[in-house]
Amino acid sequence: MTAVEIVDLHKSFGDLEVLRGISASVATGEVVCVIGPSGSGKSTLLRCVNLLEQPNSGKIVVNGVEITDRDCDIDGARRRLGMVFQQFNLFQHLTVLDNLTIAQRKVLRRDKAEAERVAMDNLTKVGVADKVRSYPAQLSGGQQQRVAIARALSMGPEVMLFDEPTSALDPELVGEVLGVMRQLADEGMTMLVVTHEMQFAREVADKVLFMDGGVVVEQGPPDQVIGAPQHERTKTFLARVLDPIHRTE
Amino acid sequence: MSPRKRQQFVRGGQYVVFAAVVLLVVFAADWSSLRQNFANLDVAGQAFPELITIALKNTVIYTLSAYVVGFVLGLLVALMRLSSIAVYRAVALAYIEVFRGLPALVVFLIFGFGLPVAFPGLTFPFDQYGTVAVALGLVAAAYMAETFRAGIQAVPRGQMEAARSLGMSHTRAMVSIIIPQALRIVIPPLTNELILLFKDSSLVFVLGVTSLTTELSKFGGDLATEHANSTPLVLAGATYLVITLPLGYVVRRLEAKQRKAR
Repeated sequence: MTAVEIVDLHKSFGDLEVLRGISASVATGEVVCVIGPSGSGKSTLLRCVNLLEQPNSGKIVVNGVEITDRDCDIDGARRRLGMVFQQFNLFQHLTVLDNLTIAQRKVLRRDKAEAERVAMDNLTKVGVADKVRSYPAQLSGGQQQRVAIARALSMGPEVMLFDEPTSALDPELVGEVLGVMRQLADEGMTMLVVTHEMQFAREVADKVLFMDGGVVVEQGPPDQVIGAPQHERTKTFLARVLDPIHRTE
Repeated sequence: MSPRKRQQFVRGGQYVVFAAVVLLVVFAADWSSLRQNFANLDVAGQAFPELITIALKNTVIYTLSAYVVGFVLGLLVALMRLSSIAVYRAVALAYIEVFRGLPALVVFLIFGFGLPVAFPGLTFPFDQYGTVAVALGLVAAAYMAETFRAGIQAVPRGQMEAARSLGMSHTRAMVSIIIPQALRIVIPPLTNELILLFKDSSLVFVLGVTSLTTELSKFGGDLATEHANSTPLVLAGATYLVITLPLGYVVRRLEAKQRKAR
């Protein structure tokens, strides 16, 4: 079954055409990684799927519901999509527990006890249950990002979107976040991940999309796209990323 | 002379000048006249207990009521200023510009004379107290609106995006996520605003006050006139400082705390 279907998506910021006809799909239970150079439009693509950016044209269907339809309830659609940001974006004025319960209570109308039970389950899963009374500023970047993942999971999303979730982390903290993501993937969560972590994409992804200049240049299983790229642009990009010291200009 | 010696010499000179000025003032001043006119204990005795029980009490009531009006209206205007609807933005901007540009005295004159003449029979609830709360509150709201706007805009964009991505509506996200964080940011400037209002409440005199609705400045001024002696004014001034100095200290502490937290 198809969880996310993207059809001929276009997005411009003023005169700058960032997405120039993107078509892609994510099957239920599948992990799709989007790779590509900065400015290739990968983050914009992900933000369009959550309607944080309004696409200019094209269609996005999530589990049979066309969210780009004018009559679609945007808030309702977003509830079904979990989003994890590069900068974590935890609510700074709330404790870890309240970060996880506020949307459950205000949006899903769950009662306090149930919201807290769900929150604790997810905090335990990501391994920060002991920080439940802390404020975000008291946590390390890796802990904050794991809390952010737990916050998104607490809404019971059908699909999880990750926007460069490890790019703002100190190198030694990247592993703990990727570990949680790998665990999610193993549990069968449908995931669309924008990332620079080639090792993660190679090992966890079912499918890799290489984007450049607002189009999908190449897509397929990781062994094919990362292991044996066909296009020149993909080869150049991978050469730079995988061997930055001897990169070929 | 070496540059170092020269510096010491200039520095010493500055101390000498200061000491000379102090000595001049001490010897030239008519101390008995000063004490008689500014620190007369007999006149000071006349000021109590009304200085506290009426004047200070009314000043505090005027200030706090205007502050509440200014706070609520200011927050509303700030939200209008940030609205996606152009008409709201225009109205809010016009309001802010007009009331920040007008001297508070002019607003009080309009409320004291203009409105009663234009609309005979117009009354505010709680009489004088209501009029002051509205007039001073309208002025305060303009300043507070700009403070709130700055506070709301200082909350990182990602906070709204995270809230929306969890399915919250724009309004829900503002109420639960953005405004609580903005309020924390604007506590120091809003406390400053309270100090300014406390002083501006002295403008109430243009509305014409009775012995029961008088406030610190008017009270001190009247008593000073009555006794042809400035001691009541000194007392009134000291009473302002008793309130404003600690508040100013609190603002500095809060600002330092926020700088550290960032």
